[in-house]
Parts: sequence; C-alpha cells; structure tokens
Amino acid sequence: MEKTPFFHALKIDEDTCIGCSRCMKICPTEALRVRDGKAVLIPDRCIDCGNCFKVCPTRSIYIEQDDFENIFNFPIRVALVPAVFMGQFPNDITVSRIYGILKDLGFTHVLETESSIPIYTAAKNKYAAENPDIRPLISTFCPAIVRLIQVKFPGLTENLIPLRAPLDITAMYIRRKIKEELEVKDDQIGIFYITPCAAKIAAVKNPVGEEKSLVDGVINMDSLYNRVYHEIKKQGHGYKEQKLPVSQLSADGVLTSLTNGERRLSDAHHSYSIDEIHNVIEFLEKVENEEIEDVDFLELRACDQSCPGGILTCDNRFLICERVFGRARKIADRERKGEQTKDHELEEERNYLMRHMKVGDIHPRSMLVLDDNIAVALEKMKKIDEYRARLPQTDCGICGAPTCDALARDIVCDNAELTDCVFIQRNLEARGNMDVQESLKIMEVIWGKAKMNDYVKKK
Amino acid sequence: MHLEYQVYEADFVNAGAASSSIKKTLKQLNVSPQIIKRVVVALYEAEVNAIAHAYGGTIYADIEPDKITLKVVDTGPGIPDIDWAMQEGNSTASPEVRNMGFGAGMGLPNIQKNVDKLNVTSTVGVGTTVEMEVNFT
Repeated sequence: MEKTPFFHALKIDEDTCIGCSRCMKICPTEALRVRDGKAVLIPDRCIDCGNCFKVCPTRSIYIEQDDFENIFNFPIRVALVPAVFMGQFPNDITVSRIYGILKDLGFTHVLETESSIPIYTAAKNKYAAENPDIRPLISTFCPAIVRLIQVKFPGLTENLIPLRAPLDITAMYIRRKIKEELEVKDDQIGIFYITPCAAKIAAVKNPVGEEKSLVDGVINMDSLYNRVYHEIKKQGHGYKEQKLPVSQLSADGVLTSLTNGERRLSDAHHSYSIDEIHNVIEFLEKVENEEIEDVDFLELRACDQSCPGGILTCDNRFLICERVFGRARKIADRERKGEQTKDHELEEERNYLMRHMKVGDIHPRSMLVLDDNIAVALEKMKKIDEYRARLPQTDCGICGAPTCDALARDIVCDNAELTDCVFIQRNLEARGNMDVQESLKIMEVIWGKAKMNDYVKKK
Repeated sequence: MHLEYQVYEADFVNAGAASSSIKKTLKQLNVSPQIIKRVVVALYEAEVNAIAHAYGGTIYADIEPDKITLKVVDTGPGIPDIDWAMQEGNSTASPEVRNMGFGAGMGLPNIQKNVDKLNVTSTVGVGTTVEMEVNFT
C-alpha cells in the first residue's frame, strides 16, 4: 500500500469558512469534518473530486493554481488546451480567434490536449488485446476516478489501464517536437495545462504511477476564461480576425472529454460509460462483487456530463456539451467530405509515443483499513459496532462528522468522543450526568465560539 | 465477530446484499483484495442458491483474525445427489430462473473454486447447509 501523502489542489480558507458543514455532507468519501467552526480535510480520504467546492456558500474552498506570470519564466510557452475550453465561448467566437488571443496573452504555442486521442485510443486497445485476463479494464482518463479506486475500491486498482492520459501524451509530443525544431533545451520550454477541474491539478502535481509530471504548470480554466473574455471585449464587435492555423483535431478527439467519448472509440464488446461520482460508486460496488459479468471496458468520469461539468468550467455543463458537440459535427462533416483528414500531426511521432505510453504500477491506498493487523482491526470494528448501536442514525452532522457511522469510526480512532453526539448529551443531561454548560462547551469545540450565539434573543 | 443475514425465497432483487455487507467489513480489516474477492464470489453464489432453489434461509458469518467461516442454512427441497450438483453444468433450476440469468449449474463448482474448505450437507425435503471457510493468509 502506498503511504506517501496525496497532493491536494483543493484548499480551505480558514479565514472565510463559516463552518456550515455543507461540504462535509456532500463529500463522497467522507473526507471532511468540522472542528472549531471550520471545515477540516482528511488528506488520505480526499480524491479531489470538487463536490465540496461546488456547495461552499462563501467560496472558502479554493483551488491553488500557478501564477499566470510563471509562464514568462520560459522563453517558449506552450498552452495545452482541452477542447472543452473552446466550448466555454459562444459559437460566434471561433477556435482560431481564441488561439490568437492565447498568443496575445503570451503563449508561443497553442495545442489542444485531445490531439493525442488517435494514439491514446490505439494504445488502450492494444493494452486490452495484450491483457485479455484483466476485465473489466477501467479508463484512467479521469484522475479523480483513479484516486477513488485507490482509496475506496483497492481491489480494482489492477483493472486500471496503466497508460498515460492524453494530456501527458500531447505534452510529451510537443516538448519533443519543439526541442527538435528549435534546437532548445528542456528547461527553456514551459508547458502549461488549462484545467477544468481540481483532480487534473492533483494529477499533474503528484502523478499516480509516474515519478515526475510532464507538465510545468497548471492554469485554472476560469481564470484564463476571464483573461480571454477581457480580450474579446477589448477587440469589440467590429473585430476582423486573422485566420490562424489551428490544431487539426479530429471529431473523435473533440468528443473524448464528453460522456461516451472514449467508449465509442473502444474495441470492447461490452462497455459502460458512467458519469457523476455517486453513480460511479454505485456501479463499482456491483463490479467489485462480480454481480455484473462480462464487462470489458468502463469509462468512468467523476463529474456529471464529464469534463463540461468540471468545477472550473465557466458555463452550464449542458450548454458546453452542445457547443463541443456542434464543433465535432462540423469537423465530422469536413472529414466525410475529405476536406480534413483524420490523420493528425502527432502521427509522425506515433512509434515514439507508443513506446512511452506505460506508467508504473498504480497501488491501492485504502482509506477504509482500520489497522494493518487484522486482530486489532477486528477489535476496533467490534467497538465501532457497539458505538453505532448507541447512536441515533439521524446523520444530522451536529457532532462534526458527516454520519453516525463516521462518528463511531472517529471515536474508535481517537478523533472524537461519544459525547460529541447531541442526543447523547441530552440523555446525560436528563440523567443529571452532564450540565448545560458542559454540553455547550462540547458544541463550542466543534462549531467554534462564533456559532455559540443566543439564537432565541431577538436582534 | 459474528454477523447474520436473512434471505428470502425468490427475492432476486436483494441477492448480493449479504456479500456486499461482508465485503465492506473485510475491506476495513485490511484483508487482501484477492481474498475478499474470493469470499464475495463464493458467498454470492451461495446466497443466490438459497434464493433461487430453496425457500430462503439464514447466512451466518464469523470473522476471526486468520479466517472467515460462512454458513448458509436454507429450508428447501434439499439436494438428492450432492456429488452430481458439484459438477459444472448440472442444474435443476426452473426455466424461469434460467431466464433471469441464474441456474447455469456453476454455483457449487464456483464456490468450491473460491474457498479453502467446503462442506455441503442436505436432507431432501428439509434443506441444505453450505459451510465455507476462507483463510486470510
């Protein structure tokens, strides 16, 4: 089991957090607690899915990003842009215009992440053919899913396809190409990925199964959107754009980050594509029990509607989907008429890229294990059952844990007390074993001084 | 640690509930994923047997530091010839049950493959008891 700590892109701003516990209640891996009136993250449980970010009413959960000015530390500055970024803008703003603006903002090269899809797909299908005993194969396209499986479904880690993601393949290609063409050294090239989500940042900063990331920095999609939109406004209505050559992304490539995008390109006979983290968890429970048989391939995505639903996208996910879809339709039309070939510029490096596709082993890092020693774990589990039986099963969250079960576990792991439960407090008060001041003190430790107002008094 | 579950005749909707619950327990005990898989597959088969062939029954699970012992006790028609039933492909399942994707005659053989100890006892007209043991190391 891997022990090095997870890097997390999601951070909590303690100064602005009001301890409302919305994040704690929505977290699919029960990775949050409330202590002293603030949300606290348990790093080993968090998978960077971003559900907490979406529900935070005070924007106190934020996503660390590299300073945009960092790009100027490099003489050659590459923007790796996922196709979903182009879907943020209304249809009358062309891809070529966005490329132009990205260059105005300081990038010397712009390339869409999905340029590597033909090679990525070929590598996945090759891996599937070479490993007929591993079924179902699970895509590693979505990094939040990789982490979910590591922490919650450790038995399925060997089903993860240990290949580089399209982002890394494209980064590998562009670095090699620039080095050859411009005869520059590695450290003169800065590759920056424009991310739609927190999980990709975590994957770039602390890649699973890789020693070092192939990307030099990450820029959050919402912040780049603001910069690009600002430029569009400056250009005004009468703007006549110069047509720039843009990546010859295939229709298949454009569609990949949408739900079904990978599945439709897979050789697998029986496959499913499932989006949204709770749906994925429900399905994986069944896969793990072998209740679902004869499945060859699973495309799993943490966000509803896949990447258009990423927490850093800037528009409604359904609108983004439709725009991305519309672009794919146009390209498919050109491909049919022979105006655009499906073969892509990365083809020239196909052999090199295919040789460098493998990542190292992906290890389980279960969050569920109570103790490495089964006898000790068994003892703890008995105690958890005892505490669970004494708790009201209301999952009210007043104890600062998301569920009664989580509290029972926290108590046994010495991170909470049975008296944190408000029902237990009332029981004790009724028996005369606890006075009101004591129970208020407990509440204060969990919810902080600021929450201990007199709510009855009229303001 | 002792756990018990009830299963009911023809309740296919809830087939797998006991094996799912035991899986959750074993995951917390740091039992290796490969061993958990064997336990879950064997128990799921036995669970389905009690649902499909018998009139329901009770599942008893005892977890110790080195092994899990599972006992599925059903009331039902019983198995007249256990040796015959242990062979792959042999099944007395009704066409209705087969149409639901169960009853391929792989149940007991599949259990055998996944456990370290298996003991099947049966009395015709009374019921069947399937005892299984899986070692953790």
